Amino acid sequence: MKHKVATTVNGRRYEHEVEARLLLVHHLRDNLGLTGTHIGCDTSQCGACTILVDGNAVKSCTLFAVQAEGRSLTTIEGMAKDGELHPIQQAFWDEHGLQCGYCTPGFIMAASYLLSQNPNPTEDEIRKGLEGNLCRCTGYVNIVKAVQTAARTMGGAQVPAGKKAAMTTGGE
Amino acid sequence: MAVSQLVGARVKRREDPRLVTGHGHFTDDFTRVGVAHVAFVRSPHPHALIKKIEVTEASKADGVVAVYTARDFKGQLAGTLPALPVFVAVKKYVPEHFPIAEREACYQGEIVAVVVAETKAQAADGANMVDVDYEPLPAVINVEKAAQPNSDKVHIDAADNICWDLPFAGNEVSEAAFKSAEVVVKERIHQQRLTPTPMETRGVLADYEAYDKRLTMWMSTQNPHFIRLFVSGAMGLQESLVRVISADVGGGFGSKISPYPEDYLVPAVSRLLGRPVKWIESRTESVQNAYAGRGQYYDVEVAAKKDGTLLGMRVTQYLDVGAYCAPFSAFQTVACLMAGGAYKWQGISSRTVGVLTNKVPTDPYRGAGRPEATHLVERMVDLVAREIGMDPVAIRRKNFIQPKDFPFTQNFGLVVDSGDYEKTLNRALELAGYDQLRKQQVEGRKHGKYMGIGLSTWIELCGFGPSSATAPATGGIALSEAAQVRVMPTGSVIVYTGTHAHGQGHETTFSQIVADTLGVPMESVDLRHGDTGEGTAMGYGTAGSRSLSVGGVAISRASGKVVDKARKLAAHILEAAEEDVVFDQGKFHVKGSPDKSKTFGEVAFAAYGAGLPEGMEQGLEAVAYFDPPNLVWPFGAHVCVVEVDPETGAVEIQKYVAVDDCGNIINPTIVEGQIHGGVTQGIGQALFEEMIYDEESGQLKTGTLIDYSVPTANEIPNLITDNTVTPSPTNELGVKGIGEAGTIAASAAVINAISDALTPLGIKHVDMPASPNRLWAQIKEARK
Repeated sequence: MKHKVATTVNGRRYEHEVEARLLLVHHLRDNLGLTGTHIGCDTSQCGACTILVDGNAVKSCTLFAVQAEGRSLTTIEGMAKDGELHPIQQAFWDEHGLQCGYCTPGFIMAASYLLSQNPNPTEDEIRKGLEGNLCRCTGYVNIVKAVQTAARTMGGAQVPAGKKAAMTTGGE
Repeated sequence: MAVSQLVGARVKRREDPRLVTGHGHFTDDFTRVGVAHVAFVRSPHPHALIKKIEVTEASKADGVVAVYTARDFKGQLAGTLPALPVFVAVKKYVPEHFPIAEREACYQGEIVAVVVAETKAQAADGANMVDVDYEPLPAVINVEKAAQPNSDKVHIDAADNICWDLPFAGNEVSEAAFKSAEVVVKERIHQQRLTPTPMETRGVLADYEAYDKRLTMWMSTQNPHFIRLFVSGAMGLQESLVRVISADVGGGFGSKISPYPEDYLVPAVSRLLGRPVKWIESRTESVQNAYAGRGQYYDVEVAAKKDGTLLGMRVTQYLDVGAYCAPFSAFQTVACLMAGGAYKWQGISSRTVGVLTNKVPTDPYRGAGRPEATHLVERMVDLVAREIGMDPVAIRRKNFIQPKDFPFTQNFGLVVDSGDYEKTLNRALELAGYDQLRKQQVEGRKHGKYMGIGLSTWIELCGFGPSSATAPATGGIALSEAAQVRVMPTGSVIVYTGTHAHGQGHETTFSQIVADTLGVPMESVDLRHGDTGEGTAMGYGTAGSRSLSVGGVAISRASGKVVDKARKLAAHILEAAEEDVVFDQGKFHVKGSPDKSKTFGEVAFAAYGAGLPEGMEQGLEAVAYFDPPNLVWPFGAHVCVVEVDPETGAVEIQKYVAVDDCGNIINPTIVEGQIHGGVTQGIGQALFEEMIYDEESGQLKTGTLIDYSVPTANEIPNLITDNTVTPSPTNELGVKGIGEAGTIAASAAVINAISDALTPLGIKHVDMPASPNRLWAQIKEARK
């Protein structure tokens, strides 16, 4: 039996019929073609599939697609606007915060949530805030630096999470 | 030659815009029209006979297209998986390894059946319905026990479990050293099994086109040309009709060098079915089945004088081969050849024993053999220093191979190309504030603080490698490297390399070299790799920190050939003698008259036109193969400062300094990144990571990322890095490798620091991983 699921992803509305057991991450990748959200494990450890659901960072392998009914989602594809990188994306590039790039979308989304909650995090707060994401290439040194740089360029004065999500999903 | 502008600069990576926006091209991002999905049925037992496989129910399940067992592949795939004779030319017993088990499963996770269905979920459902009747056999797990003649056997028909037993140098070589010894120190040093854990697991999408007998594979590999060679051979296909595409790869760390059973089975299924098929490895499959790293222990003895002079070493490596000998498994024996480290020795005896067990095979993991060598020699040097009451810095200085000694022929005949070990050590000590740290330690100990300082003055051989050494090691294929540089009529450039990048940033580094050599903007250079359908006939992938020192040199030489031809043409256009033409800042001009010049782009356009010099063909492109005359030898000095909480066994890394020397540096930012990641993997081994198998049942107890502890941001300190520069004389770029350096160095620095911290308790040696529970138990025992 299939279930209807309607979501707004990166400001665009999608409607699909899906199996109840379909994970949200598979829905994003296989039905919506948004392959920037990656899968790195099967036990919700790695955080590669992190997205924003109504402004909250969520590992999209921990939700069924049907649980996203009526929600507003932001994936990595929704971060850059009009060919301009989001300041967090820019900071990851500037600070060499990625190597193979597989974990990167998840880190950027987790960092986006972290900075929406805490616009001026200490190094320790960044490290704790990102401990749900695994990177095997960078040793985290430049990821932490990238988040610090992003916090600076974003002015350390972000709007609260809900509004932030509306903003990054294209202001629908 | 253009003035160097980009080489040496902190150029931002060209790979990143696509990767930070989610537009990379990883294996699971590719699909084909009409694709079917593959799920594997794997043995839950580490050792069992397969009595019967019942597939009826699975075959009828929704969406299931086919179910295959071993006999279906007998006509599809020839022979056994390759086990290259690297280093150990004569193997005692190499079990046959067909990609799918028929009669006997010899490790947990070995494939016994293949289910193909319309969707991933249906394939998984179908796999659950395959009913396999197993007769479990005793599992051989412990390496020491497996090596005994009376052990149960890993393969029921085998005489014993010894894959190889080879002395590189007998005890007579170190006899004089041990006879004159004033101090002898012995230790058993463990290297636990690790799972490499690239964040992208493996995967294969295969499309066989029957009418053309043409196979295309998209997969996550470090080594596309080798995969093409092996898979075409096994499937009986013409090598030129097999195309392997390995686009963006989410990390490798050695685990994506060798071909795996799935790399043969997935394309064979595509040929059997006549449609494209895809398999993406789950993380649980990866932890269980990706070729593991390390899995060794060493019995080591060192002879020295009381003044700290190192004399001799005797080392035996026991290597847990796993159930089959993986393709590059024997490479790990290089640890025996590198056991002397950065020091001078009268004599080193070494022997390697490869022992089969009912576990997934081991194969190179970042550093492969060199972290093990570094760990054992750096531990032993510290143990000698402790025994004679000498500072760990002083004993290193006393025994270092000196700058004047290079090229230095070490105990096993390998020629160390260059080095200045004291220089990196001095810089590391300065950055760490070593003298002050020792004072703090003395003071802290008065107040019950267990603070320790650990050194690792590591060396490495990498950049594989000379044809004379590598062709015999692979069975005939030399690990040279190929490059092709093609200049379009309007002056933009495509460069093909046979190396592969999976995080190393070659699109950036290599483009820096080409742009400087051709005098063109970096934006006009497109660096391509990972597709055997284009570029040079052969490539050798990326492993063993070889890409820059072999592949980069090939690129530099191919670019040089292009400039040579362009110069001839420019001379013709400028109506000057070739030797009077100067190439500077991307322009050719006649010596003494820089106003009259032709840009590189103008010459490129002319190369495709009329009126070329007599005998010159149209076009502007070149191929070069570089066969390096030697390996390259990076080195460095790492200092780690820890504090151990004696009540919990928890280790806090308070400072970590890495000073490394990889010769000339093309891009300092990328070099730092490689060190950060490498050191973190070394810290991971030292403190957290271990594949633990139940000794009775043989079951892997750390089968997910819940139980297998990859370090998070919260466990890794900020790393202080610096470099010294000692150019390699082995190649004209003066470069060495840096991909594995951090991992090679780090575990020794961390464990030396912990052992140093626990000195007041009489603890001399600590095994890895130095987890809180292990240290807590060791501290408790020491306090009794």
